[in-house]
Amino acid sequence: MKIRTLIYSIGQGLKSLHRNRLFSLASVGTITASMLLFGLLFFVTGNIRYVIENFESSTVSVSVFFNEGLSDGEKEQIKSNIELRAEVSEVVYTSAQEAWEKYKKDNKLDDGTLDSFGDVNPLADSDNYTVYLNDVDMQDSLVNYIEGLSGVRQVNCDKKIAQGLSTVNKIISLASSVLIIILIGVSIFLISTMVSIGVSVRTEEIGIMKLIGAKDSFIKAPFVVEGLIVGITGSILPLAILVPVYRKVIRYLNSNYANILGGKVSFLSTKYVFVRLSPIVLAMGIVIGLIGTLTTLKRKLNV
Amino acid sequence: MSRKTDYIKKVLGDNVPVPVIELVNVSKSYQPGTEALSDVSLRIDKGEFVFIVGHSGSGKSTLIKLLMKETSPSSGKIFVNNKDLSKIRHHQIPALRRKIGVVFQSFRLLKDRNIFENVAFAQRIIEKSSKEIKKNVPAVLSIVGLEDKMDKFPNELSGGEQQRVAVARALVNAPSILLADEPTGNLDPKNSWEIMKLLNDINKRGTTVVVVTHNEEIVNVMQKRVITIEHGVIVSDVKRGGYSSED
Repeated sequence: MKIRTLIYSIGQGLKSLHRNRLFSLASVGTITASMLLFGLLFFVTGNIRYVIENFESSTVSVSVFFNEGLSDGEKEQIKSNIELRAEVSEVVYTSAQEAWEKYKKDNKLDDGTLDSFGDVNPLADSDNYTVYLNDVDMQDSLVNYIEGLSGVRQVNCDKKIAQGLSTVNKIISLASSVLIIILIGVSIFLISTMVSIGVSVRTEEIGIMKLIGAKDSFIKAPFVVEGLIVGITGSILPLAILVPVYRKVIRYLNSNYANILGGKVSFLSTKYVFVRLSPIVLAMGIVIGLIGTLTTLKRKLNV
Repeated sequence: MSRKTDYIKKVLGDNVPVPVIELVNVSKSYQPGTEALSDVSLRIDKGEFVFIVGHSGSGKSTLIKLLMKETSPSSGKIFVNNKDLSKIRHHQIPALRRKIGVVFQSFRLLKDRNIFENVAFAQRIIEKSSKEIKKNVPAVLSIVGLEDKMDKFPNELSGGEQQRVAVARALVNAPSILLADEPTGNLDPKNSWEIMKLLNDINKRGTTVVVVTHNEEIVNVMQKRVITIEHGVIVSDVKRGGYSSED
């Protein structure tokens, strides 16, 4: 196809988009909605997976908290009981004061907030043992064992959180995938309707074109342009919405919740996410536009 | 062109008739048992002016559809410019149609475009440059006498003028054959004669013209070759003939 024919086709496609603007907008809208959803799914699952990976790569440990008012001797007893286990490599004690100092430092609490606590340690009962394992697979049985010891209030382990997150991740992925597939189906249907209307509006023109000797590609091109513009717009729009939203959300999470779980949670950077998300969304928009257009043209034009 | 015609041409010079349309034992039936065309054979040479006449339903429209390869014969062979249409593949159809200009009874102009664009449309389809289009369209519009109405829209023109635009559109790509399907069907006698004069002029410039019609007066006055089809069969083919619907 020559450049001037391409320009002509683009002109005709734009004209047709304008003529069918209601359907064009509806098609762009549904693609945008499905791509927005896809983007959100991508953020959430991507970040959860990232967090899980961080957990798994960091040293595996469990935290052991004590019942209120337990004496030092009893705590010492628990420690020696834990140390008896073969899979335990080290048991480190963190006092309530140390826990509070660490929390203050990690969360960069300002003076006003600190003053409101005065000399009271809000983590008074948070002294604990961090138990390091040399064998991850033994974590479950170790946790069971420690939970059975007297004087132990709670055992936290990363693996449980990781497993929980992983399950949440699967549920979110599945639910959104179903919704996205439905929305993509609706998008294709709307583009197909848009093209069908375009073809029926231009039946006379297409008939004349065929008799004068227009090639199939010449007849199809304006419709393909139309479908592509709708698909590309429907994928650029959600990206333009998602970039600033993601940046804001991550900034908020990092400044407010970064040190939950001892600073082990961090999020994927905006750049990292969009370098990967943008080409996928764009490709999906183009494919949706092309499928909607080409299948309909094949059915309607008989060319 | 076949080797045979080349040879004859070499021996006899340029006076040898060259076939542009040839039908050999062509039959066409849309439904089993009813034939729209039945064993039709005919030959139209380069530069001829031919009327094809007959009642509605006689098979004239089928003949045009076959020549444009809108449909294929049930049996027999059709050659256009020495090309066997049965051997033309789908993607080669545009090339065939570009050699045949068509004019319809209902003009079939695009109502949302002006006269210039209606004619330019045919040139855009064959991917001519804007420069060529700007040169060719006014030239062909001057042949049909409408060069001063290029900016008008179809509904601002009379029926006769609209048909002349249609003729200009059929001509602008310089086809070797001009096929007119009832070109005067929607026109009054005066405009009908103007269109026929125009087609005659075009024929004199070397284009083969085939006019499908049942306008007796025109056929009888013009004294051209007349092929009469009835019930899918050629009943007469006269060099300088007339026609009466009472035949």
